Amino acid sequence: MNRVVVTGLGCVTPIGSTVEDFRTALFSGATGIAPFPDFPEAPGETQGLRFTQSARVKDFDPRQHLESGIVVSTDRTTQFAIVAARQAAQQSNLLQHHASDNVAIIVGCACGGRQAEETETAKLYTRDARVHPLTVTRTMASAGASHISIDLGITGPVLNISTACSSGTHAIGLAFHMVRSGMVSAAITGGHEAPLTFGFLRAWDSMRVVSPTQCRPFSADRDGMTLGEGSAMLTLETLESAQARNAPIYAEIVGFGMSADAHHITQPAPEGAAAAMRKALKDANSSPDQVGYISAHGTGTQANDATEAAAIHQLFGPRAAQIPVSSTKALHGHSIGATGALEALATILALHHGQLPANAGVTEIDPTLNLDVILNAPREASPQLALSNSLAFGGLNAVLAIRPFANHG
Amino acid sequence: MDDIAQRCIEIIAKSKGIAPDSITLDSTFDALNIDSLDKINISFEVEEAFSIEIPDEALGTIKTVGDMVNGVAQLREKHPPAAVTTP
Repeated sequence: MNRVVVTGLGCVTPIGSTVEDFRTALFSGATGIAPFPDFPEAPGETQGLRFTQSARVKDFDPRQHLESGIVVSTDRTTQFAIVAARQAAQQSNLLQHHASDNVAIIVGCACGGRQAEETETAKLYTRDARVHPLTVTRTMASAGASHISIDLGITGPVLNISTACSSGTHAIGLAFHMVRSGMVSAAITGGHEAPLTFGFLRAWDSMRVVSPTQCRPFSADRDGMTLGEGSAMLTLETLESAQARNAPIYAEIVGFGMSADAHHITQPAPEGAAAAMRKALKDANSSPDQVGYISAHGTGTQANDATEAAAIHQLFGPRAAQIPVSSTKALHGHSIGATGALEALATILALHHGQLPANAGVTEIDPTLNLDVILNAPREASPQLALSNSLAFGGLNAVLAIRPFANHG
Repeated sequence: MDDIAQRCIEIIAKSKGIAPDSITLDSTFDALNIDSLDKINISFEVEEAFSIEIPDEALGTIKTVGDMVNGVAQLREKHPPAAVTTP
């Protein structure tokens, strides 16, 4: 089987729309969470929401990146996806070295073109108006995958994965397996989402899981998640091809584990999360004692953080309290289908630079969780293996095992 | 150039991201690289701008900017916009 390395990175996120800006914010703890602006589909309609904050991509003008025909036929989420994928492909110089039909595009997007859907539906329901003829192409969840393919001229397998908050991680994991098995020689993979519409926020508000203050994972006084948007994309390829062409190598993906809780549509179960981590380690031919960092799903809800901590204790036993853990969601928010990809990017940067990002926002760590949560500042460390967890509604769990790149046999 | 032509050209220019002065009444949609999806989108914008509805059978016959302008003018003659009343 092939070894699979990361040779390109791209992102459009609330904490930076270049990998350099993302990295700076990640290690300085600069949050992208801020009061949300007016909703174009429901002007002036923010009343009734229990919360006022989201993590929004700032100053994104699609016309700076895309030709007008693409802008008009795409939703914001697809625009993020195209821009992030271009960065990842260009940085790795991928398409000069791989046949276009030997490259896959596997991306996660759970919500589709929410903004287009809500804008058009609002017109339809509130006045005698017609639906824009490009609404179908703007709203279909696979539009991002298709547009990346069209934009880059990639003709291999192209898929969108929709598994709620694990979509991006499932996508990267499947792409990893496809490159490892030799089905393709390279892949563009990650996630994208732009769900910050009035209707979407109202729906989350009704579930009472969004923080009325600000997301602070693993804090004793945590009171919910903060929703976000954005995209992160990776170029994966075989180690052989990366070395043959002297491509930059940021990290090595070594394992991927999936599981389902088979329990409840919103309540997580620790056994499912522990199983996904265990399977990722088995897939990586590694043991729990090798894990030196966990990038947690860490949403900041009472249920997620307690369940994830319980899962870590189930799998790692007495060593659980010694493994550095952080969630980066207090910086970039929870961007649903994209969030796993943003966190994989953060984990790759952490391993590449030997700095584990701090878990922002904590006022007082929850002592009942008994975890080594990285607080206040990034921690200098060079773990030999890291896990990146995604634990979705509906009990769909996905975990990546990632190593810093070392040219060992 | 009359107002209808001016506005049609502006809509096409905006949709395709090209300069309005590169478009004339004789410009064909093919020459402007307007594909079927662009045509549907431009027609929608024109319908919105002039409060008209372009019949499906007419859409297929539009090959040039001039065709579109003439069609809009005909539809406006049949269904003139309601007069704006002021209080």
